[in-house]
Amino acid sequence: MRVGLVLGEVAQGLRRNLSMVVSVVLVTFISLTFVGAAILLQMQITQMKSYWFDRAQVAVYFCTELSTVGACSQQAATDEQIAQVEAQLESSTLAPFIQEVTFETQEEAYANFQEQFAGTAAADLASPEFLPPAFWISLVDPSQSDVIQDAVGGFAGVESVQDQRAYLDPIFDILNASSLTAIGIAALMLVAAALLIATTIRLSAFSRRREIGIMRLVGASNRFIQTPFIIEGVVAALIGSVLAGAAVVALVQFFVQGYLSTTLPLTSFVGLSDALIVVPILLLAGAVLAAVSANVAITRYLRV
Amino acid sequence: MIRFDDVTKVYRGNARPALNGVSLEILSGEFVFLVGASGSGKSTFLRLVLKEERPSSGQIHVLGQDLGRISSRKVPYFRRNLGVVFQDFRLLPNKTVFDNVAFTLQVIGKSKGFIHETVPDALQTVGLDGKAQRFPHELSGGEQQRVAIARAVVNKPAIMLADEPTGNLDPSTSAGIMSLLERINANGTTVIMATHDAGIVDRLQRRVIEVVGGRIVRDERGGGYQTQATPVVQQGFGRPATVAAPGMPTHSAPSGTVSAPNGEARR
Repeated sequence: MRVGLVLGEVAQGLRRNLSMVVSVVLVTFISLTFVGAAILLQMQITQMKSYWFDRAQVAVYFCTELSTVGACSQQAATDEQIAQVEAQLESSTLAPFIQEVTFETQEEAYANFQEQFAGTAAADLASPEFLPPAFWISLVDPSQSDVIQDAVGGFAGVESVQDQRAYLDPIFDILNASSLTAIGIAALMLVAAALLIATTIRLSAFSRRREIGIMRLVGASNRFIQTPFIIEGVVAALIGSVLAGAAVVALVQFFVQGYLSTTLPLTSFVGLSDALIVVPILLLAGAVLAAVSANVAITRYLRV
Repeated sequence: MIRFDDVTKVYRGNARPALNGVSLEILSGEFVFLVGASGSGKSTFLRLVLKEERPSSGQIHVLGQDLGRISSRKVPYFRRNLGVVFQDFRLLPNKTVFDNVAFTLQVIGKSKGFIHETVPDALQTVGLDGKAQRFPHELSGGEQQRVAIARAVVNKPAIMLADEPTGNLDPSTSAGIMSLLERINANGTTVIMATHDAGIVDRLQRRVIEVVGGRIVRDERGGGYQTQATPVVQQGFGRPATVAAPGMPTHSAPSGTVSAPNGEARR
């Protein structure tokens, strides 16, 4: 009886207020799409970080005849110095941190360099003397590069110790910045959505002020009066949330999986399973946002 | 039934109080006319009884409850004991007569069976049986007011508040409405009616409370609209109003039976 009555009121309110309801649907749709995109971007960043950071190595570069940085004074590292570093890396204090160590001679470094920069001017200018011999170390925990730095950084003949992760940081900074931008836009849009929902509900309450007045007069409980309006806001916002969820899934399906992963086959991207985690978050966010703002709006309208 | 203790109501942004130190008591089963010029505080009085407003100072008891102590969540349940009628009827134009009356019961969660049993009774009481499926715009003003009265009494309230219920009606229609209100009163409902209609007040000879500038200047049983033999009595501040007319019973007399001039015994 009462449920039917409340739902009838909701349907009537939605119909009477159609243009406002449509605008609520659109604004929640757009704002929650931004929210979804921001979440997906964060997921992408996490995924890429774990992919690349696991592959990042620490390089211990040795002095060449040309290097002047660090402890080098244009003296190439001797074989004993290299052997000392190797012994240190293999010692019982460092060994637990290290997964694998490979030595790269100047010739090997040159060959790798030529391969990497093939066809560029740098490849023509380089020669083996410029490129330092190095130990390439894969760590058990890639974030513990400081251990290597502390242990062998001060050795004679060592030019520098470099963590490759340092090169990746700018990339992640860019991704993070774009994700933060998406979150910022989403936050602004969510504020707009909340205000729009509140306005819509107040308008809806105003168009039903006769009924509300009589309900208050004859002693309908506040919850009974408020519930239809809250449901009205939640329904409108949920329609927007469903659209946003569909948009996020479509984005992943057609843009990320369909376009990006064929264009950049070596990078792993977020997949449909990630998108399907985002959808319920969006639905919940839409419903909670609408319920809270509609509740505030109708409570303030009724308290006179 | 209704007791005001030194009640003052000052609306915000308004220096002059709408009600100023009003004390009175209305007993169960009474029929009370509230008279006075527009803006004298009659409507404020009714709104205070309904707890639509809270007094700036003083205490109000209605039906044994201290209105100052009812939490706002409990106010709707309190209002279910009151029926209210207005000058402008306040019917829902898109609902039939039946649905207008049934709406009251629906929104307080009564069952369909109860509604179908009670609403026809209420319509019969007000003399509208046979017009249940009409819409308000198809009815005359008097009939619309009868619908409003049916809506007010359908839940069997202990108190009925009427704010100028005959203000929009011609004299003969008004007489019909008044006899209906008298009948409701005779069934035990306390009726408080604010009015400007001197003819009605004079004819019915019931208790009359006259309000001027927010103060009660007259509280007379069996009185007329205008002060007649009774001199205007300034109400004592903070004390129940007393009626100065000699030989007149006062409402502050020991509760029990108070005999009205027409000899009719009242509770």
